[in-house]
Amino acid sequence: MTTPSGHRPRWALRALVSAGVVVAIYAAGLGVQAGLIEYAQRVVLLAGINIILAVGLNLINGTTGQFSIGHAGFMAVGAYGSAFVGVQLAPAVAGALGAGGLADAVTFNLSLLVAAALAAAAGVLVGLPSLRLRGDYLAIVTLGFGEIIRILFNNAPALGAATGYFGDSPAGLPAYSSFFWVFFWVAVVITVIKNVTFSQTGRSLLAIREDEIAAEAMATPTTRLKVLAFTLSAATAGVAGGLFAHMQSGIRPEDFRFEKSIDMIVMVIVGGLGSITGAAIGGVFVAVSLELMRELQEYTSHDYRLVLYALLLIVIMLVRPQGLMGNREFGLDLFRRRDRRAEGA
Amino acid sequence: MTLLDVRGVDKVFGGLHALRAVSFRVEPGAIFGLIGPNGAGKTTLFNVITGVYRPDAGALAFDGDDLTGLGPARIAARGIARTFQNIRLFRSMTVEDNVMVAGHHLHRASLLDQIFRTKQYVEDERALCERANDLLGLMGLSALSGHVAGSLPYGSQRRLEIARALMLSPKLLLLDEPAAGMNSSEARDLERQIKKLRDELGVTVVLVEHNMAVVMSVCERIHVLDHGETIAEGSPAEIKEHPHVLAAYLGEEVAPSGAEAS
Repeated sequence: MTTPSGHRPRWALRALVSAGVVVAIYAAGLGVQAGLIEYAQRVVLLAGINIILAVGLNLINGTTGQFSIGHAGFMAVGAYGSAFVGVQLAPAVAGALGAGGLADAVTFNLSLLVAAALAAAAGVLVGLPSLRLRGDYLAIVTLGFGEIIRILFNNAPALGAATGYFGDSPAGLPAYSSFFWVFFWVAVVITVIKNVTFSQTGRSLLAIREDEIAAEAMATPTTRLKVLAFTLSAATAGVAGGLFAHMQSGIRPEDFRFEKSIDMIVMVIVGGLGSITGAAIGGVFVAVSLELMRELQEYTSHDYRLVLYALLLIVIMLVRPQGLMGNREFGLDLFRRRDRRAEGA
Repeated sequence: MTLLDVRGVDKVFGGLHALRAVSFRVEPGAIFGLIGPNGAGKTTLFNVITGVYRPDAGALAFDGDDLTGLGPARIAARGIARTFQNIRLFRSMTVEDNVMVAGHHLHRASLLDQIFRTKQYVEDERALCERANDLLGLMGLSALSGHVAGSLPYGSQRRLEIARALMLSPKLLLLDEPAAGMNSSEARDLERQIKKLRDELGVTVVLVEHNMAVVMSVCERIHVLDHGETIAEGSPAEIKEHPHVLAAYLGEEVAPSGAEAS
């Protein structure tokens, strides 16, 4: 097979683009570090983690049309997994590479991969028996799962039980989650989810959302694909959990309450169900809007933030019921067109 | 060898006997009609053949293999494709994507191939796209390839369903009221397209249809159901004259007990 554009240049171009993205993230990280106070930096990191959560959840709730309201559970699995594994691995990695930035980066990224794998395993475990259910029934099962996970951690003495897990050192968990690593993983997750969405797998997932009966009649293995989407989505929530764990001194079971799952659903719906860029925008919106409203407290003496926040959501849904982006993509669409047309010509 | 062999199929919903001991054979390369008044059990029979329902008795064989108990996706993968009476397109997807969904057998790229956009992925995507556009051309939909499926006029949606079904490269194509909602010139086009499918792609066709002009013009053999039971089978000419068929459709009295139909 000879592709008109040739194959090797594609790889070269892609390596170049990837390197460019990494350099850009690094530069942006330096800028953020120099230009923003610590509190604002923290909001930026949370926004990045939200993007991962929203883009991952969108694969289930948006693209595949299923309804999960237990994603905080997968995030918890990733957070605890990554924190625990990181603490265990750190001495060995430091021994092999010598303590320092490199050892930290290796330990951190290994712990995130473990977090993704553990959360994915939890995804399969929940997905296999429950994805034959539809709509509200699936929602209830995922809700129950999320709560079970939280209560398990709440009762695990090895992981600090209700007081939370702070690692072995008195300083708490190491603060590995820098701007660079958070947004590096944002880029990885968006790329993976985008490529899955705009391919035969994504097309089949959309078909399941549109009409499951017709999708089956077209030989689509619907259950297998739903479990796959669920697993992938859980893995991304696991990565987000790992990043979240390493931006504070410890993690507590309360960090992963039911409200956290609702937050994620808000991100996806505000951004526009089924849109990757929309989910990313929704993630940033949820992280930033509550923080921006913090200043209001000085004028009102009471904390009306949550009232205003809820009001804002209602207004958005009244004005744009399809979400900020609808189901359109910003920018990503161009890649997709070019991929198919250029190769087909 | 017989392509589809339906033997003594029963389907019961609560107290309703939707199908009772229905048997027929479809030979390869045939265009086979399935007719009967509303509620005769035609769509139920399609749903049994495609695995949506399990038959309560009887057996189904396709190309020599037993189909009983297989799910819809498995049966579709074996080479039985269908369209739906109440159109079931993937409405918010493009016309092209609707057809490409059904191309699993042309798609070998693994999930990792798709994530890393490997050569395999690019080749598969191109093969799917080419095949889909060939089929859209065959059904006269080339110009609409980039449109959203739900926005198409009714007749085009019906033809898109056929194109999507053909993407499975089926041996047998089940069409559930393909001419419903079409005007007579659209119906003439459809007749030509159905014959073309059989002649050029070698697909065997079974169709349920109420438009008798279409049925009589394309079908070589016709099977008539009423109240879930077979009342006749034969060539179009035989069926036109068959007293039981006339009774079922027009309520003519054939025997003292035959006056139930209205």
